[in-house]
Amino acid sequence: MSTFVLLTITGLGLGAMYFLVASGLSLIYGLMGVLNFAHGAFITVGAYLAWWFGEQIGGGAGVRLLVGGALGIAGGALLAGLVELCLIRPLYGRPIEQVLVTVGLALALGALVQGIWGADSKPFPVPSWMIDTTTIFGANVPNDRFVEIGVAAAVLLGLTAFLRHTRFGLVIRAGVENRAMVSALGIDVRRAFTIVFALGGALAALAGVLSGVYFGVVDPGRGTSLLIFAFIVVVIGGFGSIGGSAVAAVAVGLIQQYANYYASSGTGDLAVVLLLAVLLLVRPSGLAPKVAH
Amino acid sequence: MSTALSVSDLHVHLGESHVLQGISFDVPAGGVTALLGRNGVGKTTTLRALLGLVPRTRGVVALEGDDVTRLSTHAVVRRGVGYVPEDRDVFAGLTVEENLRLAERNGHARYDLVYDLFPELRERAGQRAGTLSGGQQQMVAIARALLNENRLLLVDEPTKGLAPALVTGVAAALERAAELTTILLVEQNLRVVQRVARDVVVLDAGRVVHTGPAHELLADPDHVRRLLGVHGGGH
Repeated sequence: MSTFVLLTITGLGLGAMYFLVASGLSLIYGLMGVLNFAHGAFITVGAYLAWWFGEQIGGGAGVRLLVGGALGIAGGALLAGLVELCLIRPLYGRPIEQVLVTVGLALALGALVQGIWGADSKPFPVPSWMIDTTTIFGANVPNDRFVEIGVAAAVLLGLTAFLRHTRFGLVIRAGVENRAMVSALGIDVRRAFTIVFALGGALAALAGVLSGVYFGVVDPGRGTSLLIFAFIVVVIGGFGSIGGSAVAAVAVGLIQQYANYYASSGTGDLAVVLLLAVLLLVRPSGLAPKVAH
Repeated sequence: MSTALSVSDLHVHLGESHVLQGISFDVPAGGVTALLGRNGVGKTTTLRALLGLVPRTRGVVALEGDDVTRLSTHAVVRRGVGYVPEDRDVFAGLTVEENLRLAERNGHARYDLVYDLFPELRERAGQRAGTLSGGQQQMVAIARALLNENRLLLVDEPTKGLAPALVTGVAAALERAAELTTILLVEQNLRVVQRVARDVVVLDAGRVVHTGPAHELLADPDHVRRLLGVHGGGH
Protein backbone atom coordinates (compact mmCIF):
# COMPACT_ATOMS: atom_id res chain seq x y z
CA MET A 1 0.00 0.00 0.00
CA SER A 2 2.73 2.47 1.01
CA THR A 3 4.63 1.80 -2.23
CA PHE A 4 1.51 2.36 -4.28
CA VAL A 5 0.81 5.67 -2.51
CA LEU A 6 4.39 6.81 -3.03
CA LEU A 7 4.28 5.86 -6.72
CA THR A 8 0.95 7.61 -7.16
CA ILE A 9 2.03 10.87 -5.57
CA THR A 10 5.39 10.82 -7.39
CA GLY A 11 3.56 10.12 -10.66
CA LEU A 12 1.23 13.04 -9.99
CA GLY A 13 4.26 15.26 -9.33
CA LEU A 14 5.80 14.22 -12.64
CA GLY A 15 2.43 14.69 -14.35
CA ALA A 16 2.25 18.19 -12.88
CA MET A 17 5.43 19.17 -14.76
CA TYR A 18 4.23 17.52 -17.95
CA PHE A 19 0.99 19.48 -17.65
CA LEU A 20 2.77 22.82 -17.21
CA VAL A 21 4.83 22.23 -20.35
CA ALA A 22 1.98 20.68 -22.34
CA SER A 23 -0.60 23.37 -21.56
CA GLY A 24 1.50 26.10 -23.19
CA LEU A 25 2.47 23.86 -26.08
CA SER A 26 -1.15 22.91 -26.60
CA LEU A 27 -2.44 26.49 -26.58
CA ILE A 28 0.31 27.61 -28.95
CA TYR A 29 -0.44 24.87 -31.46
CA GLY A 30 -4.19 25.11 -31.00
CA LEU A 31 -4.33 28.86 -31.54
CA MET A 32 -1.46 29.49 -33.91
CA GLY A 33 -0.80 26.14 -35.57
CA VAL A 34 2.87 26.42 -34.57
CA LEU A 35 4.59 23.18 -33.61
CA ASN A 36 7.08 24.72 -31.23
CA PHE A 37 10.17 22.55 -30.82
CA ALA A 38 11.88 25.44 -29.00
CA HIS A 39 9.49 24.99 -26.07
CA GLY A 40 12.00 22.69 -24.36
CA ALA A 41 14.58 25.47 -24.53
CA PHE A 42 12.18 27.74 -22.59
CA ILE A 43 12.13 25.08 -19.85
CA THR A 44 15.93 24.90 -19.72
CA VAL A 45 16.43 28.67 -19.89
CA GLY A 46 13.81 29.23 -17.18
CA ALA A 47 15.43 26.68 -14.89
CA TYR A 48 18.94 28.05 -15.45
CA LEU A 49 17.85 31.67 -15.00
CA ALA A 50 16.15 30.72 -11.73
CA TRP A 51 19.32 28.97 -10.56
CA TRP A 52 21.60 31.82 -11.73
CA PHE A 53 19.51 34.61 -10.20
CA GLY A 54 19.33 32.54 -7.00
CA GLU A 55 23.10 32.35 -6.93
CA GLN A 56 23.40 36.13 -7.41
CA ILE A 57 20.85 36.89 -4.70
CA GLY A 58 22.32 34.53 -2.12
CA GLY A 59 20.65 33.87 1.24
CA GLY A 60 18.48 30.92 2.19
CA ALA A 61 17.27 28.31 -0.27
CA GLY A 62 13.66 29.45 0.12
CA VAL A 63 14.42 33.05 -0.87
CA ARG A 64 16.66 31.95 -3.75
CA LEU A 65 13.97 29.60 -5.02
CA LEU A 66 11.18 32.16 -4.70
CA VAL A 67 12.95 35.20 -6.15
CA GLY A 68 15.12 33.28 -8.60
CA GLY A 69 12.08 31.26 -9.71
CA ALA A 70 10.00 34.39 -10.28
CA LEU A 71 12.78 35.96 -12.35
CA GLY A 72 13.30 32.71 -14.26
CA ILE A 73 9.59 32.58 -15.14
CA ALA A 74 9.66 36.23 -16.22
CA GLY A 75 12.75 35.48 -18.32
CA GLY A 76 11.02 32.52 -19.96
CA ALA A 77 7.98 34.67 -20.80
CA LEU A 78 10.14 37.46 -22.22
CA LEU A 79 12.22 35.06 -24.30
CA ALA A 80 9.13 33.35 -25.70
CA GLY A 81 7.47 36.69 -26.53
CA LEU A 82 10.58 37.86 -28.35
CA VAL A 83 10.84 34.57 -30.25
CA GLU A 84 7.26 34.97 -31.47
CA LEU A 85 7.75 38.59 -32.49
CA CYS A 86 11.14 38.21 -34.19
CA LEU A 87 11.24 34.65 -35.55
CA ILE A 88 7.75 33.12 -35.71
CA ARG A 89 5.67 36.13 -36.81
CA PRO A 90 7.46 36.67 -40.14
CA LEU A 91 6.81 33.00 -40.98
CA TYR A 92 3.04 32.69 -40.46
CA GLY A 93 1.58 30.71 -43.33
CA ARG A 94 4.91 28.88 -43.82
CA PRO A 95 4.65 25.96 -41.34
CA ILE A 96 7.70 24.03 -42.58
CA GLU A 97 9.96 27.05 -42.13
CA GLN A 98 8.43 27.67 -38.69
CA VAL A 99 9.23 24.12 -37.59
CA LEU A 100 12.79 24.44 -38.91
CA VAL A 101 13.26 27.73 -37.06
CA THR A 102 12.00 26.30 -33.77
CA VAL A 103 14.23 23.21 -34.15
CA GLY A 104 17.23 25.43 -34.91
CA LEU A 105 16.40 27.70 -32.00
CA ALA A 106 16.14 24.73 -29.63
CA LEU A 107 19.60 23.59 -30.68
CA ALA A 108 21.06 27.10 -30.49
CA LEU A 109 19.62 27.90 -27.05
CA GLY A 110 20.72 24.51 -25.69
CA ALA A 111 24.25 25.17 -26.94
CA LEU A 112 24.13 28.71 -25.54
CA VAL A 113 23.19 27.44 -22.07
CA GLN A 114 26.02 24.91 -22.19
CA GLY A 115 28.41 27.56 -23.48
CA ILE A 116 27.61 29.93 -20.61
CA TRP A 117 27.14 27.53 -17.69
CA GLY A 118 28.83 24.34 -18.83
CA ALA A 119 27.52 20.81 -19.38
CA ASP A 120 27.60 19.75 -15.73
CA SER A 121 24.40 19.86 -13.70
CA LYS A 122 23.99 22.60 -11.09
CA PRO A 123 22.53 22.11 -7.59
CA PHE A 124 19.13 23.80 -7.41
CA PRO A 125 18.06 25.67 -4.26
CA VAL A 126 15.50 23.49 -2.47
CA PRO A 127 14.33 24.47 1.03
CA SER A 128 14.86 21.74 3.62
CA TRP A 129 11.14 21.45 4.37
CA MET A 130 10.58 20.40 0.75
CA ILE A 131 13.19 17.67 1.09
CA ASP A 132 11.55 16.43 4.29
CA THR A 133 8.87 13.80 3.99
CA THR A 134 5.27 13.48 5.10
CA THR A 135 3.94 10.04 5.97
CA ILE A 136 0.73 9.10 4.16
CA PHE A 137 -0.65 5.55 4.58
CA GLY A 138 2.82 4.43 5.61
CA ALA A 139 4.57 6.07 2.64
CA ASN A 140 7.21 8.72 3.26
CA VAL A 141 6.43 11.23 0.52
CA PRO A 142 8.88 14.11 -0.15
CA ASN A 143 7.07 17.39 0.43
CA ASP A 144 8.18 18.88 -2.89
CA ARG A 145 5.72 16.51 -4.64
CA PHE A 146 2.84 18.32 -2.96
CA VAL A 147 4.25 21.67 -4.06
CA GLU A 148 4.49 20.51 -7.68
CA ILE A 149 0.97 19.08 -7.64
CA GLY A 150 -0.41 22.16 -5.89
CA VAL A 151 1.22 24.60 -8.32
CA ALA A 152 -0.04 22.62 -11.35
CA ALA A 153 -3.55 22.45 -9.88
CA ALA A 154 -3.49 26.20 -9.27
CA VAL A 155 -2.30 26.82 -12.83
CA LEU A 156 -5.06 24.55 -14.18
CA LEU A 157 -7.71 26.44 -12.21
CA GLY A 158 -6.21 29.81 -13.13
CA LEU A 159 -5.96 28.98 -16.84
CA THR A 160 -9.50 27.60 -16.89
CA ALA A 161 -10.85 30.72 -15.19
CA PHE A 162 -8.80 32.92 -17.54
CA LEU A 163 -10.09 31.12 -20.63
CA ARG A 164 -13.71 31.06 -19.45
CA HIS A 165 -14.16 34.42 -17.80
CA THR A 166 -11.97 36.96 -19.58
CA ARG A 167 -12.36 38.65 -22.93
CA PHE A 168 -8.86 37.57 -23.88
CA GLY A 169 -9.65 33.97 -22.94
CA LEU A 170 -12.70 34.16 -25.17
CA VAL A 171 -10.49 35.33 -28.05
CA ILE A 172 -8.10 32.41 -27.47
CA ARG A 173 -10.91 29.83 -27.33
CA ALA A 174 -12.44 31.21 -30.50
CA GLY A 175 -9.04 31.48 -32.19
CA VAL A 176 -8.30 27.83 -31.50
CA GLU A 177 -11.44 27.01 -33.51
CA ASN A 178 -11.14 29.51 -36.36
CA ARG A 179 -8.41 32.18 -36.46
CA ALA A 180 -9.63 33.79 -39.67
CA MET A 181 -13.14 34.33 -38.31
CA VAL A 182 -11.75 35.95 -35.18
CA SER A 183 -9.93 38.46 -37.42
CA ALA A 184 -13.14 38.93 -39.40
CA LEU A 185 -14.79 40.10 -36.18
CA GLY A 186 -12.26 42.94 -35.95
CA ILE A 187 -9.92 41.33 -33.42
CA ASP A 188 -6.15 41.59 -33.83
CA VAL A 189 -5.44 37.91 -33.42
CA ARG A 190 -1.67 38.42 -33.80
CA ARG A 191 -1.56 40.26 -30.48
CA ALA A 192 -3.15 37.17 -28.97
CA PHE A 193 -0.42 35.06 -30.61
CA THR A 194 2.36 37.00 -28.85
CA ILE A 195 0.64 36.88 -25.48
CA VAL A 196 -0.12 33.15 -25.75
CA PHE A 197 3.48 32.46 -26.76
CA ALA A 198 4.73 34.46 -23.76
CA LEU A 199 2.25 32.65 -21.49
CA GLY A 200 3.50 29.32 -22.84
CA GLY A 201 7.10 30.43 -22.19
CA ALA A 202 6.22 31.38 -18.60
CA LEU A 203 4.55 28.01 -17.97
CA ALA A 204 7.51 26.17 -19.52
CA ALA A 205 9.91 28.14 -17.31
CA LEU A 206 7.74 27.36 -14.28
CA ALA A 207 8.00 23.67 -15.21
CA GLY A 208 11.77 24.15 -15.45
CA VAL A 209 11.86 25.64 -11.95
CA LEU A 210 9.71 22.84 -10.51
CA SER A 211 11.82 20.23 -12.28
CA GLY A 212 14.83 21.77 -10.51
CA VAL A 213 13.02 21.20 -7.22
CA TYR A 214 11.92 17.68 -8.23
CA PHE A 215 15.36 16.48 -9.35
CA GLY A 216 17.42 18.77 -7.08
CA VAL A 217 19.61 19.88 -9.99
CA VAL A 218 19.33 21.63 -13.37
CA ASP A 219 21.10 20.34 -16.47
CA PRO A 220 21.18 21.37 -20.13
CA GLY A 221 19.17 18.32 -21.28
CA ARG A 222 16.23 18.97 -18.94
CA GLY A 223 14.05 20.75 -21.47
CA THR A 224 14.44 18.13 -24.16
CA SER A 225 13.52 15.22 -21.90
CA LEU A 226 10.42 16.97 -20.56
CA LEU A 227 9.40 18.20 -24.01
CA ILE A 228 9.20 14.71 -25.50
CA PHE A 229 6.64 13.61 -22.92
CA ALA A 230 4.84 16.95 -23.11
CA PHE A 231 4.33 16.40 -26.85
CA ILE A 232 2.88 12.97 -26.08
CA VAL A 233 0.60 14.56 -23.47
CA VAL A 234 -0.60 17.17 -25.98
CA VAL A 235 -1.37 14.55 -28.63
CA ILE A 236 -3.22 12.36 -26.10
CA GLY A 237 -5.07 15.32 -24.56
CA GLY A 238 -5.99 16.97 -27.85
CA PHE A 239 -4.39 20.10 -29.29
CA GLY A 240 -5.84 23.25 -27.76
CA SER A 241 -7.48 21.55 -24.78
CA ILE A 242 -6.21 22.50 -21.32
CA GLY A 243 -8.49 19.99 -19.60
CA GLY A 244 -7.39 17.26 -22.01
CA SER A 245 -3.73 18.09 -21.30
CA ALA A 246 -4.32 17.85 -17.54
CA VAL A 247 -5.95 14.42 -17.79
CA ALA A 248 -3.29 13.14 -20.21
CA ALA A 249 -0.42 14.51 -18.07
CA VAL A 250 -1.71 12.70 -14.99
CA ALA A 251 -2.18 9.49 -17.00
CA VAL A 252 1.34 9.66 -18.48
CA GLY A 253 3.00 10.45 -15.13
CA LEU A 254 1.19 7.64 -13.32
CA ILE A 255 1.71 5.04 -16.06
CA GLN A 256 5.44 5.81 -16.14
CA GLN A 257 5.77 5.32 -12.39
CA TYR A 258 3.63 2.18 -12.17
CA ALA A 259 5.25 0.51 -15.19
CA ASN A 260 8.76 1.30 -14.00
CA TYR A 261 8.07 -0.26 -10.61
CA TYR A 262 5.61 -3.10 -11.27
CA ALA A 263 6.98 -4.23 -14.65
CA SER A 264 10.67 -3.39 -14.80
CA SER A 265 12.75 -0.25 -14.68
CA GLY A 266 12.71 1.51 -18.05
CA THR A 267 9.36 0.12 -19.24
CA GLY A 268 7.57 3.32 -18.17
CA ASP A 269 8.56 5.17 -21.34
CA LEU A 270 7.55 2.19 -23.47
CA ALA A 271 4.17 1.99 -21.74
CA VAL A 272 3.52 5.68 -22.48
CA VAL A 273 4.39 5.25 -26.15
CA LEU A 274 2.07 2.23 -26.32
CA LEU A 275 -0.72 4.30 -24.76
CA LEU A 276 -0.12 6.97 -27.40
CA ALA A 277 -0.22 4.39 -30.22
CA VAL A 278 -3.47 2.86 -28.97
CA LEU A 279 -5.09 6.27 -28.55
CA LEU A 280 -4.04 7.38 -32.04
CA LEU A 281 -5.69 4.26 -33.46
CA VAL A 282 -8.89 4.58 -31.43
CA ARG A 283 -9.28 8.36 -31.13
CA PRO A 284 -6.87 10.23 -33.44
CA SER A 285 -8.06 13.71 -32.36
CA GLY A 286 -7.08 13.00 -28.74
CA LEU A 287 -9.22 12.94 -25.61
CA ALA A 288 -10.65 16.40 -26.30
CA PRO A 289 -10.99 17.76 -29.86
CA LYS A 290 -9.62 21.14 -30.94
CA VAL A 291 -11.56 23.43 -28.63
CA ALA A 292 -9.82 25.40 -25.87
CA HIS A 293 -11.60 24.84 -22.58
CA MET B 1 -25.93 58.84 -54.48
CA SER B 2 -22.67 58.34 -52.54
CA THR B 3 -20.55 55.23 -52.87
CA ALA B 4 -20.13 52.90 -49.89
CA LEU B 5 -17.61 50.60 -51.54
CA SER B 6 -15.47 51.01 -54.62
CA VAL B 7 -13.53 48.09 -56.09
CA SER B 8 -11.06 48.81 -58.85
CA ASP B 9 -9.09 46.30 -60.98
CA LEU B 10 -9.02 43.68 -58.22
CA HIS B 11 -6.98 40.56 -58.98
CA VAL B 12 -6.72 37.46 -56.78
CA HIS B 13 -4.66 34.34 -57.38
CA LEU B 14 -5.34 31.21 -55.35
CA GLY B 15 -2.51 28.82 -56.04
CA GLU B 16 -2.20 28.52 -59.81
CA SER B 17 -5.72 29.80 -60.37
CA HIS B 18 -6.35 33.43 -61.41
CA VAL B 19 -9.72 33.63 -59.64
CA LEU B 20 -10.47 37.36 -59.89
CA GLN B 21 -9.21 38.91 -63.10
CA GLY B 22 -9.43 42.64 -62.57
CA ILE B 23 -12.97 43.19 -61.29
CA SER B 24 -14.25 46.74 -60.82
CA PHE B 25 -17.60 47.80 -59.42
CA ASP B 26 -19.19 50.30 -57.03
CA VAL B 27 -21.69 49.63 -54.26
CA PRO B 28 -23.95 52.65 -53.69
CA ALA B 29 -24.59 53.66 -50.08
CA GLY B 30 -27.79 52.28 -48.55
CA GLY B 31 -29.78 49.24 -49.57
CA VAL B 32 -28.67 45.89 -50.90
CA THR B 33 -26.40 45.23 -53.87
CA ALA B 34 -26.43 41.58 -54.91
CA LEU B 35 -23.29 39.94 -56.24
CA LEU B 36 -24.48 37.20 -58.56
CA GLY B 37 -23.00 34.54 -60.81
CA ARG B 38 -22.76 30.84 -61.44
CA ASN B 39 -20.98 28.57 -58.96
CA GLY B 40 -17.23 29.03 -58.89
CA VAL B 41 -17.04 32.41 -60.64
CA GLY B 42 -15.40 34.13 -57.66
CA LYS B 43 -18.25 35.62 -55.59
CA THR B 44 -17.08 34.29 -52.22
CA THR B 45 -13.47 35.05 -53.13
CA THR B 46 -14.52 38.64 -53.85
CA LEU B 47 -15.97 39.07 -50.35
CA ARG B 48 -12.95 37.40 -48.76
CA ALA B 49 -10.59 39.57 -50.80
CA LEU B 50 -12.43 42.75 -49.74
CA LEU B 51 -11.74 41.76 -46.13
CA GLY B 52 -8.16 40.70 -46.79
CA LEU B 53 -8.89 37.09 -45.88
CA VAL B 54 -7.28 36.06 -49.17
CA PRO B 55 -4.25 37.92 -50.56
CA ARG B 56 -4.97 40.50 -53.27
CA THR B 57 -2.52 40.44 -56.14
CA ARG B 58 -3.47 43.86 -57.47
CA GLY B 59 -6.22 46.44 -57.28
CA VAL B 60 -7.75 48.98 -54.95
CA VAL B 61 -10.55 48.61 -52.39
CA ALA B 62 -11.98 51.86 -51.02
CA LEU B 63 -14.52 52.20 -48.23
CA GLU B 64 -16.41 55.50 -48.58
CA GLY B 65 -13.35 56.85 -50.38
CA ASP B 66 -10.77 55.52 -47.86
CA ASP B 67 -8.26 53.14 -49.40
CA VAL B 68 -8.30 50.01 -47.23
CA THR B 69 -6.40 47.76 -49.65
CA ARG B 70 -3.29 47.44 -47.52
CA LEU B 71 -5.04 47.04 -44.18
CA SER B 72 -5.16 43.70 -42.38
CA THR B 73 -8.51 41.96 -41.93
CA HIS B 74 -9.18 43.16 -38.39
CA ALA B 75 -8.32 46.74 -39.36
CA VAL B 76 -10.74 46.66 -42.33
CA VAL B 77 -13.48 45.32 -40.06
CA ARG B 78 -12.76 48.04 -37.51
CA ARG B 79 -13.35 50.61 -40.23
CA GLY B 80 -16.98 49.46 -40.14
CA VAL B 81 -17.36 46.28 -42.15
CA GLY B 82 -19.44 43.34 -40.94
CA TYR B 83 -19.13 39.86 -42.41
CA VAL B 84 -21.52 36.92 -42.55
CA PRO B 85 -19.51 34.03 -44.04
CA GLU B 86 -20.87 31.40 -46.39
CA ASP B 87 -20.58 28.52 -43.93
CA ARG B 88 -21.71 30.66 -40.94
CA ASP B 89 -18.43 29.89 -39.12
CA VAL B 90 -19.97 30.23 -35.69
CA PHE B 91 -17.63 29.16 -32.90
CA ALA B 92 -19.05 25.74 -32.10
CA GLY B 93 -17.46 25.41 -28.66
CA LEU B 94 -18.68 28.83 -27.51
CA THR B 95 -22.19 29.60 -26.34
CA VAL B 96 -24.51 31.85 -28.34
CA GLU B 97 -23.92 34.63 -25.83
CA GLU B 98 -20.13 34.19 -26.09
CA ASN B 99 -20.30 34.25 -29.90
CA LEU B 100 -22.10 37.57 -29.69
CA ARG B 101 -19.86 38.98 -26.96
CA LEU B 102 -16.80 38.18 -29.06
CA ALA B 103 -18.21 40.30 -31.87
CA GLU B 104 -18.69 43.40 -29.66
CA ARG B 105 -16.69 46.44 -30.73
CA ASN B 106 -16.47 49.91 -29.22
CA GLY B 107 -18.87 49.13 -26.37
CA HIS B 108 -22.03 50.02 -28.31
CA ALA B 109 -23.36 46.55 -29.00
CA ARG B 110 -26.92 46.54 -30.33
CA TYR B 111 -28.32 43.59 -28.39
CA ASP B 112 -31.82 45.10 -28.51
CA LEU B 113 -31.73 45.01 -32.30
CA VAL B 114 -30.42 41.46 -32.67
CA TYR B 115 -32.74 40.03 -30.02
CA ASP B 116 -35.63 41.85 -31.61
CA LEU B 117 -34.74 40.28 -34.97
CA PHE B 118 -33.93 36.87 -33.53
CA PRO B 119 -35.71 36.43 -30.17
CA GLU B 120 -34.74 32.75 -30.21
CA LEU B 121 -31.12 33.71 -29.61
CA ARG B 122 -31.99 35.27 -26.26
CA GLU B 123 -33.63 32.01 -25.18
CA ARG B 124 -30.61 30.01 -26.34
CA ALA B 125 -27.95 32.39 -25.01
CA GLY B 126 -26.34 29.70 -22.85
CA GLN B 127 -26.41 26.97 -25.50
CA ARG B 128 -23.24 25.96 -27.36
CA ALA B 129 -23.45 27.22 -30.93
CA GLY B 130 -22.28 23.86 -32.28
CA THR B 131 -25.48 22.24 -31.02
CA LEU B 132 -27.78 24.71 -32.86
CA SER B 133 -29.62 23.89 -36.09
CA GLY B 134 -28.35 25.33 -39.37
CA GLY B 135 -30.98 28.06 -39.30
CA GLN B 136 -30.17 29.03 -35.73
CA GLN B 137 -26.46 29.14 -36.55
CA GLN B 138 -27.27 31.47 -39.43
CA MET B 139 -29.13 33.71 -36.97
CA VAL B 140 -25.98 33.84 -34.80
CA ALA B 141 -23.81 34.65 -37.83
CA ILE B 142 -26.11 37.49 -38.94
CA ALA B 143 -26.55 38.74 -35.37
CA ARG B 144 -22.76 38.97 -34.94
CA ALA B 145 -22.57 41.21 -37.98
CA LEU B 146 -25.50 43.38 -36.89
CA LEU B 147 -24.30 43.80 -33.33
CA ASN B 148 -22.09 46.75 -34.30
CA GLU B 149 -22.87 49.83 -36.32
CA ASN B 150 -21.22 49.06 -39.64
CA ARG B 151 -20.87 51.06 -42.82
CA LEU B 152 -21.02 47.93 -44.92
CA LEU B 153 -22.16 44.34 -44.45
CA LEU B 154 -20.70 41.55 -46.57
CA VAL B 155 -23.19 38.70 -46.53
CA ASP B 156 -22.33 35.41 -48.23
CA GLU B 157 -25.21 33.08 -49.19
CA PRO B 158 -27.21 33.49 -45.99
CA THR B 159 -30.03 31.23 -47.20
CA LYS B 160 -27.82 28.36 -48.33
CA GLY B 161 -29.16 25.04 -47.09
CA LEU B 162 -32.05 26.58 -45.16
CA ALA B 163 -35.68 25.39 -45.21
CA PRO B 164 -38.09 27.70 -47.12
CA ALA B 165 -39.67 29.05 -43.93
CA LEU B 166 -36.27 30.05 -42.62
CA VAL B 167 -35.34 31.65 -45.96
CA THR B 168 -38.24 34.05 -45.54
CA GLY B 169 -37.05 34.93 -42.04
CA VAL B 170 -33.51 35.59 -43.24
CA ALA B 171 -34.79 37.76 -46.10
CA ALA B 172 -36.84 39.79 -43.60
CA ALA B 173 -33.76 40.23 -41.43
CA LEU B 174 -31.76 41.42 -44.44
CA GLU B 175 -34.47 43.95 -45.31
CA ARG B 176 -34.37 45.26 -41.76
CA ALA B 177 -30.56 45.40 -41.80
CA ALA B 178 -30.62 47.22 -45.13
CA GLU B 179 -32.53 50.06 -43.46
CA LEU B 180 -29.52 50.55 -41.20
CA THR B 181 -26.54 49.94 -43.43
CA THR B 182 -25.29 49.08 -46.91
CA ILE B 183 -25.20 45.38 -47.82
CA LEU B 184 -23.21 43.54 -50.45
CA LEU B 185 -25.02 40.21 -50.73
CA VAL B 186 -23.91 37.02 -52.44
CA GLU B 187 -27.05 35.00 -53.01
CA GLN B 188 -28.11 32.15 -55.30
CA ASN B 189 -31.81 32.37 -54.47
CA LEU B 190 -33.21 34.86 -56.97
CA ARG B 191 -36.49 35.20 -55.06
CA VAL B 192 -34.49 36.60 -52.16
CA VAL B 193 -32.53 38.84 -54.53
CA GLN B 194 -35.76 40.05 -56.09
CA ARG B 195 -37.16 40.84 -52.65
CA VAL B 196 -34.21 42.66 -51.09
CA ALA B 197 -31.75 43.87 -53.76
CA ARG B 198 -31.74 47.28 -55.42
CA ASP B 199 -28.69 46.72 -57.62
CA VAL B 200 -26.82 43.74 -58.99
CA VAL B 201 -23.25 43.00 -60.01
CA VAL B 202 -22.83 39.82 -62.06
CA LEU B 203 -19.53 37.92 -62.22
CA ASP B 204 -18.48 35.34 -64.75
CA ALA B 205 -15.11 33.60 -64.81
CA GLY B 206 -13.57 36.16 -62.49
CA ARG B 207 -14.79 39.22 -64.40
CA VAL B 208 -17.70 41.63 -63.99
CA VAL B 209 -20.08 41.03 -66.87
CA HIS B 210 -23.09 43.09 -65.81
CA THR B 211 -24.05 45.84 -63.39
CA GLY B 212 -27.34 47.64 -63.02
CA PRO B 213 -30.68 47.80 -61.20
CA ALA B 214 -31.85 44.42 -59.91
CA HIS B 215 -35.40 44.78 -61.22
CA GLU B 216 -34.19 45.36 -64.78
CA LEU B 217 -32.09 42.20 -64.83
CA LEU B 218 -34.68 40.03 -63.13
CA ALA B 219 -37.41 41.27 -65.50
CA ASP B 220 -35.50 39.80 -68.45
CA PRO B 221 -35.53 35.97 -68.12
CA ASP B 222 -33.36 35.47 -71.22
CA HIS B 223 -30.69 37.77 -69.80
CA VAL B 224 -30.87 35.99 -66.43
CA ARG B 225 -30.50 32.62 -68.16
CA ARG B 226 -27.50 33.82 -70.18
CA LEU B 227 -25.74 35.39 -67.20
CA LEU B 228 -26.62 33.00 -64.42
CA GLY B 229 -27.67 29.79 -66.14
CA VAL B 230 -30.98 29.74 -64.25
CA HIS B 231 -34.54 30.86 -64.84
CA GLY B 232 -35.47 34.24 -63.41
CA GLY B 233 -37.71 34.51 -60.38
CA GLY B 234 -35.82 32.09 -58.18
CA HIS B 235 -35.01 28.43 -58.01
